[in-house]
Amino acid sequence: MIKVLEAGLSTTIQDAGRYGHYHIGMPPSGAMDQFAHTVANYLVGNDKGAATVEMTYQGSDFKFTEDTVIAITGAEMAPELNGEPVSMWETLAVSDGDVLSLQFATNGARTYLAVAGGIDVTPVMESRSTYTLVGIGGYDGRTLEDGDTLTIGDAGADRSSLVGNSVADEHIPNYDDEDHIRIVLGLCDYRLTDESKEELCDAEWTVTPEADRVGYRLEGPEIEFKPREQPFGAGTDPSNVVDLGYPVGSIQVPQKPIVLMRDAVTGGGYATVGTVISTDRDLLSQRRTHQPVYFQSVTLEEALAARKARTETLESIRNSLTP
Amino acid sequence: MTARIERKESLSPRYEYGGDDYVFVELDQEMSFDANFEAMAITQQIRERDLPGIIEICPANASYMIHFDPDVLAPTDLVDELKQLEQETDLSEYQWDTRIIDFPVLYDDPWTHETLMQFRENHQDPDATDLEYSARINGFDSADEFIDAHAGAPHMVTMVGFVPGLPWCFQMVPREEQIEVPKYLQPRTDTPSRAVGFGGAFTAIYPVQGAGGYQLFGRTPLEVLDVDQQLPSFKDSMVFPKPGDILNFRRIDREEYDAIREEIEDGTYEYTIEAVEFSPEEFFENPHEYNAQLVEVLD
Repeated sequence: MIKVLEAGLSTTIQDAGRYGHYHIGMPPSGAMDQFAHTVANYLVGNDKGAATVEMTYQGSDFKFTEDTVIAITGAEMAPELNGEPVSMWETLAVSDGDVLSLQFATNGARTYLAVAGGIDVTPVMESRSTYTLVGIGGYDGRTLEDGDTLTIGDAGADRSSLVGNSVADEHIPNYDDEDHIRIVLGLCDYRLTDESKEELCDAEWTVTPEADRVGYRLEGPEIEFKPREQPFGAGTDPSNVVDLGYPVGSIQVPQKPIVLMRDAVTGGGYATVGTVISTDRDLLSQRRTHQPVYFQSVTLEEALAARKARTETLESIRNSLTP
Repeated sequence: MTARIERKESLSPRYEYGGDDYVFVELDQEMSFDANFEAMAITQQIRERDLPGIIEICPANASYMIHFDPDVLAPTDLVDELKQLEQETDLSEYQWDTRIIDFPVLYDDPWTHETLMQFRENHQDPDATDLEYSARINGFDSADEFIDAHAGAPHMVTMVGFVPGLPWCFQMVPREEQIEVPKYLQPRTDTPSRAVGFGGAFTAIYPVQGAGGYQLFGRTPLEVLDVDQQLPSFKDSMVFPKPGDILNFRRIDREEYDAIREEIEDGTYEYTIEAVEFSPEEFFENPHEYNAQLVEVLD
């Protein structure tokens, strides 16, 4: 078991996500940074679908009541085990009674704690991810609180031989440097003026304090729409369209851009003008309030190449780990 | 002359990529039954084909969206498949097994009234209620007549989403009888749960308390989302509405509202649901008569 001594700011249980229910309005939820989440699981010998603890901005303090192996990935949170600094992106041994404490995040926003066997909470619709809006999944459908107790899943075998494995430096993202977020323009970008379409990719956007698991609101220049007589059913504002489905990662521009993240609304009546490619949704989720973001328009082929490269990196990390 | 539903002779779909793992297909920029039924027909068929690599199939009002794994299914192959389906789909060959549901609404209820009064400052018409404003811009003499029109013909669920369980409903009447209202100039930060709102050409029922931008008309005692699946009508899903469902909004008074709430809270209320076969062709030809037949089964 893991006892939560200090829960932190916004700490939830997440996994690879909840799929197959988008058409009833159920967003996927799941780890915001799937790369860091997956690597943490690999380090402790789990499949990528095992549930981890996601901490946002502020780390949590945990007390372990059994021997196990853990790994911490994502934003730097200066982890300490019984008061001694320990490494991130590395498989660590913990013993009954050990206390793990994590600090405020530097270099990134979200940190993942994986434990051999995964965090065992009851799956809802085949996923252990927390979706707080309607209070389902994870730990009672909510963010963790001081005093909560997490059950560790059955690891099947002793994983202590994994201890000491670590991820090569070249594969560890430097989140603070990742300010270019690649997007595929499209969806309803025909609604933008040519100037605004260019500006979307030229301007410096700033992450506002309203940036969470639901969406990232960005601050920057005014976006303008082409004037038109609004089609029947769309509503009167130039940004309105007949309500449609929103891809995760899509950018809508009610006025200032909002990039929809994993707990976002699944549809609505604002024009969406492009979509952050799957690999870079992870990187955007590590951008911090007041940091800049630049959108870089790429083709579908470039997006697929980035996805392939990321899959190869994950495979390479997995293969480098010695059991 | 009998009112017919004018057919959209040709849709001009746009196929768009959402990053590397979504395809979005806008069948039409404006709302019509043709666009919606086309979205339902294509998504039903793609579901039946059960292609490897498909993660989500999401029909919407006049569009649809597919989430897929490009490592398994090449995006261009998927689009080719969808284009082919679009070519092959003929709505006149289609019929749907669907449900018609009695949906009581307390129009002009105290809870949405209180909420909407808090947000008058930025409203299009700060001196009226949302109902009075909507009645006026749609050419009705009173809010009362407007409510009669809203409850006077059934509505089809044309999309489910935003949050789990929220139905978008499109009234089953010819274009010239459709109600159309703008959304709030700035979205509200609060909406009571079970509020019945209207924006563009759609009625929405808010499953949970939260933000919202539709004009508020009333509140239903019925739940559209039951996370714990305690109510008998939620046995199979925590979400009640399904695309293609026909909701018959029925104007009720406070007494009936309270009585239904009591049963809902006891977990005993059974929704009045009848199975019907829906034929687009017959509906298009004579919507009012067809609706009357549909609604009859609820008596």
